[in-house]
Amino acid sequence: MSKTSSNLKYWMLWLVLTLGLGGYLGFSILNLSQGKTDNTELFLPGETTHGHHNIEMACTECHADAFGGEQTLQNACVQCHADELKLADDSHPRSKFTDPRNAATLEKIDARYCVSCHVEHDPDITREMGVTLPDDYCFYCHEGVAEDLPDHEGLAFDSCASAGCHNYHDNTALYEDFLVKHLHEPDNKEQARIPPSNISLITEYATAYPKEDYPVKTLSMQEQDGPAHTDIESDVVIHWSASSHAEFGVNCTACHVFESDTQWKDHPGTESCQQCHADQAEGFLMGKHGMRLSAGLGLQTPAQARIPMHKESHDKALNCTSCHSAHASDIQEAAVEACLGCHQDQHSLNYKQSPHFKLLLAEQQGTAEPGTGVSCASCHMPRTVVEIDGEKQMLISEHNQNANLRPNEKMVRTVCMQCHGLGFVLDSLADKQLIESNFNGRPGVHIESLEMAEKKQAEHLEKNPSHDKP
Amino acid sequence: MKLAKPILIAGAVLATAGLSGCNDSKEEAAGISPKTMADALHLVMDSDRAVYTKKIVNRLAAKEKVIKASEHFEDEKALVLPAQMFRFGAEMVAEKAEKNPDINFTYSLQSLWPINKQNAPKTEAEKTGLKYVADNPGQNYYTEEKLGDTTYFTAVYADTAVAPVCASCHNEHKDTPRTDFKIGDVMGGVVIRIPIES
Repeated sequence: MSKTSSNLKYWMLWLVLTLGLGGYLGFSILNLSQGKTDNTELFLPGETTHGHHNIEMACTECHADAFGGEQTLQNACVQCHADELKLADDSHPRSKFTDPRNAATLEKIDARYCVSCHVEHDPDITREMGVTLPDDYCFYCHEGVAEDLPDHEGLAFDSCASAGCHNYHDNTALYEDFLVKHLHEPDNKEQARIPPSNISLITEYATAYPKEDYPVKTLSMQEQDGPAHTDIESDVVIHWSASSHAEFGVNCTACHVFESDTQWKDHPGTESCQQCHADQAEGFLMGKHGMRLSAGLGLQTPAQARIPMHKESHDKALNCTSCHSAHASDIQEAAVEACLGCHQDQHSLNYKQSPHFKLLLAEQQGTAEPGTGVSCASCHMPRTVVEIDGEKQMLISEHNQNANLRPNEKMVRTVCMQCHGLGFVLDSLADKQLIESNFNGRPGVHIESLEMAEKKQAEHLEKNPSHDKP
Repeated sequence: MKLAKPILIAGAVLATAGLSGCNDSKEEAAGISPKTMADALHLVMDSDRAVYTKKIVNRLAAKEKVIKASEHFEDEKALVLPAQMFRFGAEMVAEKAEKNPDINFTYSLQSLWPINKQNAPKTEAEKTGLKYVADNPGQNYYTEEKLGDTTYFTAVYADTAVAPVCASCHNEHKDTPRTDFKIGDVMGGVVIRIPIES
């Protein structure tokens, strides 16, 4: 065979392969855009971070405009994360960097855009918190910190945000005066209590609930308005009649016949629960359990998680009733057993050997005061305040676990300090082994920021004896 | 010195807030210079800042002692500090201006003796300007500077202790680099920037 004919064969092969691959990708894009197929994985450029893997197949959640560049991505970040950053009193908001005086700094690190520090699809450079910069990134702007704060002399720049002292965004529990205010607190507070639920205010809070059709009054089993064939002695009716739903007048059709749709639905969806529990539903849809649903990818299953889950739970589709029994409304079941039914990581497996669980048992058995027990939900879905008409405050369970999951200092004020002193909390949250054991023991790590703050305060008071407050 | 049309219009609108009935052509005809625009903006900022400091913070926190003023105003259920009030306004303006291409200016509060070191002057114009207004009471500093790809008209105005609390709070703060401020002293400066060429 001549050399020319051999080259021609290779060129033909190259052409066929190129056309074939191009045609396949083009066909895939066309079908994808028309919703005919779901082969998005073909276009996934790399593994996503722990925060986004649940929605990685919903490309347009972040890439809303193919040619929008950084601003499109920024808009996507803000759409989901703006509220939590506001709540955290973000220490580095975009507005701090848009002033042109920062032009020289922005050439080193453009802090106006989230993606400058959080690049997606690049697992090789992704660190904790989804940060894709080297750990000493604080150096870019705070190089001379030791000149102003001599006690920071010799501290490595890769320890600023990794040693329990500072966070880039949320420093609400770490700022200096807060540390000074909470020096020398006991490990366990005398009045260690989870704030009590005031769910009865929900009748004022749930403005979308049709109160005219379902007035607030306790309903009996005989008053249930289920389908004609309903057996009033069935478990469903018995459970419902003992629930808070029956106590507040929420009859069967309030949930099973949704709004203008007069058809009875055996299994009403999230939208039915949302009528009264809008904030909880919103949190669910923002959190790990519901973000797939929110992005149009269907219900999340434990099999899709990246952390260990019990095999028998793998195919369970997660919606409101996965954790909350539809009729019994047993909050305690939802707060522990529902979690442990799926989660198989070491922290979860160790919960029932933890001091927190012992406290919960004691409370349930009536040997300890209400509010002293600590369930999974106490820490990972803590009660947070929502305002009613700008006056009354109702406590609802935060159903977005991401709101206080990472970095774990997010939990300091909203969760841990309800029962523990600040020093004990910071040490405990910095001890990975202790967390894995589900806090079975004492912290083996010590965060020095409280001592540093105390020393600086003492020096200040020595020079200014009249300043007895931080 | 020539000001780009949108900036000129923005300057006219902002500096003459009471003349909202003017149309674009009249505003252009007014030919407001960057210096006039900056001076007008500063007049509003300086007056609002003095009113908040004297009539709110100094009166309620120092004289009548009915409420504290604190850097951690939410945790302490206290009044926002005057410097924070100014900065929050500047940040809100920056956020709103980003969404409105016809408005393009920034401002900030800085000092040669900052409590938060991020508020020390960064650019040469800031360093020179802050020193100039501190050394020359009653005078402003104007210059042009290039930052990134843009040339700015930059104005620096003295920020003076208008009430006893200004001096006392700064003197007593544990991070202050200076402890001898008294009422009437120049404590820092307001820097206003208007892009004139990109």
